[in-house]
Amino acid sequence: MEFKQFVFYFFATVLVFAAAMVITVRNPVKAALFLVLAFFSAAGVWLLLQAEFLAITLVLVYVGAVMVLFLFVVMMLDINLVRLREGFGEYLPIGGLVAVLLVLEMAIVLASGQFGPERMPEPAALPADYSNTRALGRQIYTVYAYPFEIAALILLVAIVAAITLTLRRRKDTKYQDPGKQIRVNRNERVRLVKMRAEKKT
Amino acid sequence: MTFITANVLPAAPEIFVFSMACMILIVDLFLTEPRRVVSYLLTQLTLAGAAVLTVQGLAAPGYAFNGMFVADVLAGVLKLAIYLVTFFVFAYSRDYLRDRGMFRGEYFVLGLFGVVGMMAMVSASHFLTLYLGLELLSLSLYAMVAFQRDSDQATEAAMKYFVLGAIASGMLLYGMSMLYGVTRSLDIATVRQAVSALPPDHTLLVFGLVFVVVGIAFKLGAVPFHMWVPDVYHGAPTAVTLYLGTAPKLAAFALVMRLLIGGVEHLSASWQDMLVILAVLSMGIGNIVAIAQDNLKRMLAYSSISHTGFFLLGILSASPNGYSSALFYVLVYAVMSLGSFGMIVLLSRAGFEAERLADFKGLNQRSPWYAFLMMLLMFSMAGVPPTVGFYAKLLVIQSVVNAGLVWLAVAAVLLAVIGAYYYLRVVKLMYFDDAEDRSPIAARGDVKVLLGANALSLLVSMPWIGALIDLCRQAIQGIR
Repeated sequence: MEFKQFVFYFFATVLVFAAAMVITVRNPVKAALFLVLAFFSAAGVWLLLQAEFLAITLVLVYVGAVMVLFLFVVMMLDINLVRLREGFGEYLPIGGLVAVLLVLEMAIVLASGQFGPERMPEPAALPADYSNTRALGRQIYTVYAYPFEIAALILLVAIVAAITLTLRRRKDTKYQDPGKQIRVNRNERVRLVKMRAEKKT
Repeated sequence: MTFITANVLPAAPEIFVFSMACMILIVDLFLTEPRRVVSYLLTQLTLAGAAVLTVQGLAAPGYAFNGMFVADVLAGVLKLAIYLVTFFVFAYSRDYLRDRGMFRGEYFVLGLFGVVGMMAMVSASHFLTLYLGLELLSLSLYAMVAFQRDSDQATEAAMKYFVLGAIASGMLLYGMSMLYGVTRSLDIATVRQAVSALPPDHTLLVFGLVFVVVGIAFKLGAVPFHMWVPDVYHGAPTAVTLYLGTAPKLAAFALVMRLLIGGVEHLSASWQDMLVILAVLSMGIGNIVAIAQDNLKRMLAYSSISHTGFFLLGILSASPNGYSSALFYVLVYAVMSLGSFGMIVLLSRAGFEAERLADFKGLNQRSPWYAFLMMLLMFSMAGVPPTVGFYAKLLVIQSVVNAGLVWLAVAAVLLAVIGAYYYLRVVKLMYFDDAEDRSPIAARGDVKVLLGANALSLLVSMPWIGALIDLCRQAIQGIR
């Protein structure tokens, strides 16, 4: 039990630290890498909750795929750090004030004793052969089928929106039309010219 | 958690609209530019078909998808209103889009996806479906606002809308997670039962409630969470503002009904105070700042903020009568807003946006008919007696008086009088000033008829107003 708590606090500390670094570090590449660390620690916490499938998916999808793409984008965009920081000092006092107030208010509520471990008892441990993946799949495809479909629809809208906003056919760029390339026939490309052979002198 | 064989029939309208939207997306690929109108016609056909399916479904209200989906009278009424309003929106914006090179299938497809999102919100009986419907609607709206890619204003508006919308969703989710923590359920009926068994000043519940109310206020555009409204209304292409300012208001009403009334009505003592603050500030700031605007789109944005305040009056009186008057108010507001933005779209031509107040100068000399229609719309917005807008205001103020908040009713009346100034200023500009721009107003035949019907309905529907109010009452009775 002690060890489990130690693991939890370790991952939680790393998670909070990494999340704080994501928003404070200057270099966007470093920020993206800290986000990877944050995801990884969150996956660790989820493992403690016996949500193995979700933890692995988080690492595979977010760390493996999404963040790599993110890094590519960050590296390809030439982000001007000076312009990004413009107005940061100007908005810091009011933004900081709001943040501190929010944290204080939430701390008051959280300290009211309604959140203690005695209020939220630990769920019973699951048997060793319990399949997290199967339970999740069963829930998603039966009870939660409708929200699942709407979530799929949201992804479809995201695709449509992204393509609508970024696809543009520029007239001044030269591009190949494979259809035309295939349909070409010999006569358009090669012309045989009859010439009289030159006589050797 | 037993799984009953999926009874998907109550959700037939959603499935139909979604399938048609996907079909239009594909059909649109094969259309040449002159035939693009087919996408438009298919879209309108979809809305009509969905209306038929919804009317058929009204006879058999019920739950589907393991209680995640509910088809009750409220859902039916709101869905029909959403189809009707969206139908008008698409009809009005057709020429506007064509003149600006935005007449593309994606506009209609995204619009239909937004309609599916609204439908999901309206028929949600589970916090999860409510939230997902909201996200579906919001995502479509963000994309539509950014539709005019080359316009800096539109891009800026979309960015602001996106960032603030994401924050609002975060707030809403955080609040919902707190409610879940206390009640151990996301199902609205179960939450309601669990909440009624707890004391109404339960710290955790109120803590979650605060975040839920803030999230809702962001989405409604109530002061002090209104900062995005004027910029988005102003920056978006007018055809999108037309869409944004009408049907989603109906869905936002459903959000309030399902969350606050359906779920946590027993905490009404807590949320009533919060809504009083939101309502007074919205009516005040909305009406007063609108006076200073010289852009009609911005002015109507502030007017929408003040109308949000009025409709919150009905909700905060925490009685079935108040809810039904709020429903009536929001229905009337959708029609008024539809007509007003429709008028801006109508007066705009290729390369010219009739969005400044000065563009309405002397409209009477250019076209007495349109000036008359606009006058009706403005009178109704201001709440001048022979129009339906007056009854809508009267009903919500009455419900506040019945709830014992007389000072609030007095404040609402005073602020409505202040608001009347800027609506009547438009009427004055149209009738008593000389026209600067005398170009003829060209409009398609169908738009002329629809816009006329839209504005006249605010006057002509007077004899049937009792039936409408009864319908609203019936819709509210169904959810409890």
